[in-house]
Amino acid sequence: MRISCPCCGPRDRREFTYLGAAAYLDRPDPDAPAPEWDAYLHLRDNPAGRTRDLWYHDACGSWIVVTRDTVTHAVLAAEALA
Amino acid sequence: MTQSHRIPGKGLIDRSRPVRFSFDGRPYEGFAGDTLASALLANGVRLMARSFKYHRPRGVLTAGPEEPNALVEVFEGEQKTPNMRATVQEVFTGLRAQSQNRWPSLRHDLMAVNDRFARFLAAGFYYKTFMWPAAFWERVYEPAIRRAAGLGALSGQPDEGRYEQAFAFCDLLVIGAGPAGLMAALSAGRAGADVILAEADARMGGRLLADQPTVADRPGPDWASQVLGELAAMPNVRLMPRTTVTGAYDGGTWGALERVGLHLADPGALPRECFWRIVARRAILAAGALERPIAHPDNDRPGVMLVSAVQSYVARHGIDPGRVVVFGNNDSALQAARVLTAQGVRIAGYVDPREDVAVVEDFPVYPGAAVTGTRGRLGLRDVAVRHKGGVSLIEAETLALSGGWNPTLHLACHLGGRPDWDAGLAAFVPRAGMVPSMTVAGAARGQFSTAACLADGLAAAKAALSDLGLKPGTDTAPAAEDRPYTIAPFWAVDAGGRAWLDFANDVTTKDVQLSAQEGFSAVEHMKRYTTQGMAPDQGKTSNVTALAVLAEATGQGIAQTGTTTFRPPFMPVSIGAMGAGGRGMGFAPRRLATSDGQSRDMGAPMIEAGLWYRPSYFPRANEVTWRQSCDREVTMVRSSVAVCDVSTLGKIDVQGPDAERFLDFLYTNAMASLKPGRTRYGLMLREDGHVMDDGTCARLGQDHFVITTTTAAAGQVMRHMDFVQQAFCANWAVRFASVTEHWAQFAVAGPKARELVNKILQTPVDERNFPFMACGPACILGVQGRLFRISFSGELGYELAVPARYGADLFARLVREAEGMGGGAYGMEALNVLRIEKGFITHAEIHGRVTAFDIGMAGMISARKDCIGKAASRRPGLTGAEREQLVGLMPIEPQAAISAGAHLYDKDAPATREHNQGYVTSVGYSPTLQSWLGLGFLRNGRARHGEIVRLVDGLRGIKVACRVVHPVFHDPEGGKLRG
Amino acid sequence: MRYSGFRVFAQGLTGNRGWRPAWRKPAPRDAYDVVIIGGGGHGLATAWYLAKNHGITNVAVLEKGYLGSGNIGRNTTIVRANYFLPGNSEFYSHSLKLWEGLERALNYNVMHSRRGLINLFHSDAQRDAFARRGNAMLAQGDDAVLLNRADVRRMLPYLDFEQARFPIHGGLYHPRGGTARHDAVAWGYARAADRRGVDLIENCEVTGIDVENGRVTGVQTSRGPIRARQVALVAAGRSSQVAAMAGMRLPIESHVLQAFVTEGLKPVIDHVISFGMGHFYISQSDKGGLVFGGDLDFHASYGARGNLPMAEHVMEAGMTLMPMIGRARVLRSWGGIMDMSPDGSPIIDRTHIDGLFVNCGWNYGGFKAVPASGWCLAHLVATGQPHPVAARFRLDRFATGHLLDEEGTGSQHNLH
Repeated sequence: MRISCPCCGPRDRREFTYLGAAAYLDRPDPDAPAPEWDAYLHLRDNPAGRTRDLWYHDACGSWIVVTRDTVTHAVLAAEALA
Repeated sequence: MTQSHRIPGKGLIDRSRPVRFSFDGRPYEGFAGDTLASALLANGVRLMARSFKYHRPRGVLTAGPEEPNALVEVFEGEQKTPNMRATVQEVFTGLRAQSQNRWPSLRHDLMAVNDRFARFLAAGFYYKTFMWPAAFWERVYEPAIRRAAGLGALSGQPDEGRYEQAFAFCDLLVIGAGPAGLMAALSAGRAGADVILAEADARMGGRLLADQPTVADRPGPDWASQVLGELAAMPNVRLMPRTTVTGAYDGGTWGALERVGLHLADPGALPRECFWRIVARRAILAAGALERPIAHPDNDRPGVMLVSAVQSYVARHGIDPGRVVVFGNNDSALQAARVLTAQGVRIAGYVDPREDVAVVEDFPVYPGAAVTGTRGRLGLRDVAVRHKGGVSLIEAETLALSGGWNPTLHLACHLGGRPDWDAGLAAFVPRAGMVPSMTVAGAARGQFSTAACLADGLAAAKAALSDLGLKPGTDTAPAAEDRPYTIAPFWAVDAGGRAWLDFANDVTTKDVQLSAQEGFSAVEHMKRYTTQGMAPDQGKTSNVTALAVLAEATGQGIAQTGTTTFRPPFMPVSIGAMGAGGRGMGFAPRRLATSDGQSRDMGAPMIEAGLWYRPSYFPRANEVTWRQSCDREVTMVRSSVAVCDVSTLGKIDVQGPDAERFLDFLYTNAMASLKPGRTRYGLMLREDGHVMDDGTCARLGQDHFVITTTTAAAGQVMRHMDFVQQAFCANWAVRFASVTEHWAQFAVAGPKARELVNKILQTPVDERNFPFMACGPACILGVQGRLFRISFSGELGYELAVPARYGADLFARLVREAEGMGGGAYGMEALNVLRIEKGFITHAEIHGRVTAFDIGMAGMISARKDCIGKAASRRPGLTGAEREQLVGLMPIEPQAAISAGAHLYDKDAPATREHNQGYVTSVGYSPTLQSWLGLGFLRNGRARHGEIVRLVDGLRGIKVACRVVHPVFHDPEGGKLRG
Repeated sequence: MRYSGFRVFAQGLTGNRGWRPAWRKPAPRDAYDVVIIGGGGHGLATAWYLAKNHGITNVAVLEKGYLGSGNIGRNTTIVRANYFLPGNSEFYSHSLKLWEGLERALNYNVMHSRRGLINLFHSDAQRDAFARRGNAMLAQGDDAVLLNRADVRRMLPYLDFEQARFPIHGGLYHPRGGTARHDAVAWGYARAADRRGVDLIENCEVTGIDVENGRVTGVQTSRGPIRARQVALVAAGRSSQVAAMAGMRLPIESHVLQAFVTEGLKPVIDHVISFGMGHFYISQSDKGGLVFGGDLDFHASYGARGNLPMAEHVMEAGMTLMPMIGRARVLRSWGGIMDMSPDGSPIIDRTHIDGLFVNCGWNYGGFKAVPASGWCLAHLVATGQPHPVAARFRLDRFATGHLLDEEGTGSQHNLH
């Protein structure tokens, strides 16, 4: 698998660390009810197909939202978080 | 030995370069250009192996890497490689090979008795027996089965061979250098594309070499040589012979194995093999097709080969196959018989189940016929042919089989695609787009004439060039042989007896039929029940036939039956090659502190921590055990002064107007309130509310902090900080960078620590101008560095940081000064005892399941601000009396050794799970308190100080009564710490 | 038809013509007491224990492919009971005991082989962590032995003791740990359940779950609707998709785990060896192949196939640990789809829908769990009460914080 780091260009999978679903960006309000925090931390859509997830390019420190397909492993887009 | 079975003058071998090799201890001679198989055949050796299960005598079936039978062990000095394909291994002078899976010898193999009992050893028989008596499975049956199974043997010695891994990049990867691949590479190379042409064979040309069709009015091999000459001269083309592309992976990445030194008598510094990762923008699969045999009774004797193999041995190696019976169901078999005849080979009969096959040939033709049996214990003697006139026995040394051709589409299926059944070809063919960046060309997609392969290769290249944005040239495919290919599906001869499908695993048509009879009729069930296709050859010559037999047994069509899944590797890859560089120290990088050399010079055993190496202790002349050194080092810190390299702690430099806000968000406790020139202990949580790490946070200026992490968690914390900043506060004015490697940092600890540091500081410090938890710039022996008044030992302590290039010198000077004051260096063992005495935690305690509440730091989660992990830490299961909480443990008998990993129980409770109260995380012997001390977690532990619990370590036979105490054993008021 | 050595002999004499199908291939009926979605190891075991322990035989197991087509046939076949957290200890201990009688219970040779499992350690800190684990195993009544370096060298002389990047300090030895023949486990349970009257329905994909007034009433399938009083989701690898049919979102992320097998070799590795620093574990099958694996590929995937970085890492780990395997050739690699849960432990529980149960989240430890998983889910379905050894595998434990995190890596799914 290869991912295009917005900062560095296309790189091999081995340069990246995976975190999880992009839903992890939607951090609830600190005082949000417990079920909201439970959902945020644990529950996942976990689609078989197109998904958006979070990757870290170890080489440059960029966090990237990657749009890809969990069945075909096709990488469709990669955008920097910041 | 004479090469009795050579045809004079024939073949692509170099007769001017004879080579001497041995097989099973006997010397033989062959020629450069021979494989082990061809060289043995040249010497009249047909028996090369024994089969897996029945130990049947076997020769070669094929002339390529798909070989199921002729697997041998090859020696390199003392090293031995099992399961080498005799059909791939090139001969060189000095090559030593031997047969495998036989005892005592290849000709007389006692395990061949299995063949007599075959009726009791049908598919899956072992699932139905060996169950009584129960204990016999592990003691008797399984060991016997294990000894009987397996093929070759590893030597048991470390593999000293050299291997490499490498990356390559190209515009176009062409897989296979037969007519389609050569044409594609030529066209793409001429158009200026960066091309890699990978070919598994040592010699490029594919079937052009064996079939020798006419191309551009020349013999096929000549045309191939000319094209290869032109390709070799192109700087943008890389020819990779002996390179098998083994796997298609995501994003246009390919795995490939190159046999670099395996064919050389003296490879010198060359590796045996190199594992390539080839990143290609486009790829063309031109891997050709594999012929398949026909299942008929006793179709597995030495001398039974595929038609294409016979052709290959004759044309490439000049082998005389003797009298040949050809048994085929397709036009390519018949054409081969003609070509062989023209080459002087005696075709004793052409047998074809098709009724309409032409009978007027230069050899006897048996239309509507089939081979029903063979004879010859260690080599084929005669062939029984059932034809319209009855059954004839035909004497022959070689039986050439062709049940048709299977396109070599494996790589096209590696990303999960399933091929289509082509009834006309009686074969599976790839679908378009199975691998997004790849097209399939030539025989690999069922184009079987030379002309069609050339045209298809050219078309694939043009399409790829256009995808690459390159302008295709005006090449045209040369004129070539263009015979039609017709086939009548014919899989197995029904004539009683056993007919082999999977030669390597000894799977017969009966096994597949039994599988269907017992309901294992899904193709994957059949495979797993019979082991069809699971041998080293991966069923390359047998899988399609087996599922045709299955389809017949179940009454479903082949298309409905489907294939098993194609998975990498396409050809087996040695662990050594794919794991090149991993041996010994190569497995992981080593990080060395600036004091590393000096620590080793001082005799310190080094231990690994988060890839770093740190000194365990510094033994002195009179010390015999590590405990003596450790006790002394602890005492030095407690009574005078000692020095420890703490550079391995992660150091992150955080700057900017919003730095304090950012750190407040990261840490549970407030950092914004920290004053410049001051340091504070900090606790970080994971977002799930558990402790991630701890460390110090030093505010060097209003907008400038340096934080430390534990050695092991440095990378995780940095990644976490990057995430929090980029995900949640990207617009804040804060930047940070890891400076772990940039600074060497040393702890100076002990009552005389100030005395020591003042010897080397330009500006001396005292309690007033540099109090506990102070930090700031300092001129250290003329070098601009940093000074911190922090301590992990509980004594008066300083940490001095200098740019890493000065680290070694500063460490040497500090140790020398300390030694002059009755102290010295201390290592990890002493550091561990010192911190246990003070109840300071490490990752032994914050092991990922621990909350701030558990370690008594719930109060550090500031109520006035949000922080990572705060919300989740409020979950009901993460606090309360049910939680195991950090406690100190002191044995009632102070000299009674206790152990980390022990469990805790109430004084009178049995040591069972139901009664478990907690566990011990860290222990050490405290020379200060003259007692063993432990830290651990005890259910509701903070409420149980003073109680006596039982520490049980059943593994080490330790049972010690301990008193539960506050985790800070030494100087609980902290007076020493504050100086 | 009962299997035995005598039967094999007698059938051999008569051309093996008398063997009957291992299980029937019934068409689905209109209604069952219990429908189990998923004909893998866990689903088949559940069916068998429902029938055997509870006498509930009006049961259908619905499998969208062929029986055993999921992870039961795609793993490294390791059987062990070496967990240390209460909640896990008793469950896997129970499972190992069931393994130890499985051949006779099922009348099927699943080739369970207690060849011993050794977890290597490389530092004092790891030794202590393994000591804690070993002491938990002893406290549970299972077996564990702490080996020093000399012990390990005696047992595994072929490891690289001289220059490994992570020198071997010792190991935690679990003598009753071992392996079994994975496919045979599925087939054995299938055949045994079938003999008790359970309908095993292959090529039957569930497309919907019917819920009325908060109560499950049946399922929609590719072979028509089937009514059921109780439905159990036992579809690891596709748990999220099946649960979504009932409107549920699970705490599961799907990941691919690769494993590898070499060409057949004469016996050379007699134990199961686990090398934590390299995320590498290996054993040798009875057929002679070295079976080994490593860590997840780490990205969410339903691809059932891996990528090179982890494959190479696994081989590198093998080379640093036991360089004698360098010349063994990898024959096949495969990828299984793992239900990764936020604490690395499984879920066997009711759901908010009456009559609907879920069994998922086995991470990459599902194979050894098969007997106890089936036992406990059957107990829950039959009695309405969680079985005592699986009582902590609750669906709500993430919300409440009663976690079972053996790895200590927290709520990130792929780190377990």
